[in-house]
Amino acid sequence: MDFMHQLIQQLINGVSLGSIYALIALGYTMIYGIIKLINFAHGDVYMVGAYIGFAAVTFGGLSIFPALLLSMAITAILGMLVERIAYKPLRHAPRISLLITAIGVSFFLEYTSMYFVTPTPRTFPEVMPNISFNLGGFIINGQQLLILGITIVLMAILTYIVQKTKLGKAMRAASFDTETAQLMGVDSDKVISMTFCIGSALAAAAGVLVGVYYNTIDPLMGIMPGLKAFVAAVLGGIGILPGAVVGGIVLGVVEALVAGFISSTFRDAAAFAILILVLLIKPSGLFGKNTNEKV
Amino acid sequence: MFFSKKKFKLASMIACGILASALFTGCGGGDSAGGGDKKAAAGDEIVIGANFELTGNHAQYGANANNGLKLAIKEVNDAGGINGKKIKIVEADAKSEAAESVNAATKLISDDKVIALIGPAVTANVIAESQVATDNMIPIIAPAATNPDVTVENGQVKAFVFRSCFIDPQQSEVMAQFAAKDLNAKTAVLYLDSSSDYSKSLGKIFKEKFEADGGQVVMEEAFLAKDQDFKAALTKIQTANADVIFVPAYYEEVGKIVKQARELGITAAILGTDGWDDSKVIDIAGKDALNNTYFCTHYFEGDAEVQGFINAYKGEYNNDPNVFAALGYDAGKMLVNAIERGGDDSQKIRDNIETIKDLQVGTGKITMDSATHNPIKGIVVIETKDGMRELRAKIAPEG
Repeated sequence: MDFMHQLIQQLINGVSLGSIYALIALGYTMIYGIIKLINFAHGDVYMVGAYIGFAAVTFGGLSIFPALLLSMAITAILGMLVERIAYKPLRHAPRISLLITAIGVSFFLEYTSMYFVTPTPRTFPEVMPNISFNLGGFIINGQQLLILGITIVLMAILTYIVQKTKLGKAMRAASFDTETAQLMGVDSDKVISMTFCIGSALAAAAGVLVGVYYNTIDPLMGIMPGLKAFVAAVLGGIGILPGAVVGGIVLGVVEALVAGFISSTFRDAAAFAILILVLLIKPSGLFGKNTNEKV
Repeated sequence: MFFSKKKFKLASMIACGILASALFTGCGGGDSAGGGDKKAAAGDEIVIGANFELTGNHAQYGANANNGLKLAIKEVNDAGGINGKKIKIVEADAKSEAAESVNAATKLISDDKVIALIGPAVTANVIAESQVATDNMIPIIAPAATNPDVTVENGQVKAFVFRSCFIDPQQSEVMAQFAAKDLNAKTAVLYLDSSSDYSKSLGKIFKEKFEADGGQVVMEEAFLAKDQDFKAALTKIQTANADVIFVPAYYEEVGKIVKQARELGITAAILGTDGWDDSKVIDIAGKDALNNTYFCTHYFEGDAEVQGFINAYKGEYNNDPNVFAALGYDAGKMLVNAIERGGDDSQKIRDNIETIKDLQVGTGKITMDSATHNPIKGIVVIETKDGMRELRAKIAPEG
């Protein structure tokens, strides 16, 4: 296999991995955009979504798309509950309290799930045929295309909601200045609640897709993807939707290239080195504008 | 309105706190409840400690080993106990961390007054607790810790630490030899879990043995436990075009690695060790992907002598046992045997474990080597063909 061939295969690997990061990063970035909270529990919401999808397929006998929608719906409610119970009481508390609460929620979700579903990993039944396409020696998997496709569709829907609907307008207003938006008649509690609802649904979609694609889920599956998605969100510019998608895909590609051409040992180091570099050089991320801190 | 809203906020915060504390005491209660009523009943019960990784990254291994142990003890208790005394297990959670393993062992020894300890499952956690146990002269049987350092420190065998499994060098030796002789492999790639001492030490020994047998390790790559995507490294491994790929890791990652390797068109034989031994590998990787894969482990599920254990386990948990469950069960059987032969206190139990000879346990017959505290038992190489396991080689115990 020559160099070019390997390079292109690694790009395919990277984009498919990156589209999962992108899907998780979208929820991260939305929530940060509205309440300036780095929701460390987001990766665990993704895990819960995967388990709901698993239950729908295994016990409910649903096929992939109904299971995906069901999981998104239930996880959306979970996301709203988490916000209501854990974050809302801290709305006016210092931001560090919120951050620590998010870490607490993360542990709570991980170990409550572990109690109920046991720590043994589960395997998804085959819900869609796993077809590999061999395009001139490059291997592309049908499920990789599905994940990429769903990521793009969901991002398009999300962009529509944020840019064209009344709710989206309220979201943008609240993200700009919550208190002023409230004075203008925006019900900021409702907006925040809806943000968690949408963000969690996206995480659930990612969870189910990952379950189908990689075939296993376990209660601690959300930790690493959660951190990587955070890097992706920061890379793209936290709070910016297209930034999350581009950040996710760039991160996936960088990881694949580092693992493929340097050493797989450095793969995660590279991902977190990106985080440090972005924070040092351009903290607002690829898509962020440099704004002066409001005084 | 403003007032009531504030009140609601306060109330919901308090509710949260209560909820959280109820949950946490709920969890803690599970551990210590056993200790509580035991004290009242001391005298007609033998109390042993199960220190396993019940939460955290290694929970799936610890929980399975714990299940195996509980089954072994239940069988004894159902048969009337030992001299009329029932055995009571006090469980503690090693939380998949070395420091927590020490805490759990200390609690079991000083609060619950256990006379022997079983567990944890993972090497690092056993090594961590062995000092506490040695200081208090409490024997440990580690079910699945295959690293040589578990029972040995500075060239000296640790008096109170035993195990119920073979050790890593044996596994790597067997697989290196199998690759070179049976598969006629000339080149190999190592794909190791760099977050696991188990995987790294197996890889190192495999390399030594395989190169001593005339083979060559042409590439070494690494991944981390809990990774989902292995395609980047596998695409690189594919370029090495080696005869075999050695993946000494645990079944969850192994299943995904084998699946993704085959998807990329890698047809080389993939070899592994006892971490592969779980029927879930087949669910994760798929039947076809697992063709041309081989691993060594502690027992072959088709052997007549292990049927008793497998059926008992299925009856109790409605689930196929994996290798951790089997080794936990064996550790329980060894401890029971040591207590039965007049082991009233920790010192005598220790002496009796050291002299275990030809004891029938779940995975076969076991004899303790008193010089190394490793059991002398066989090792099997298993090939997976169309989702079924076939015995490929059986290496009898040495000595």
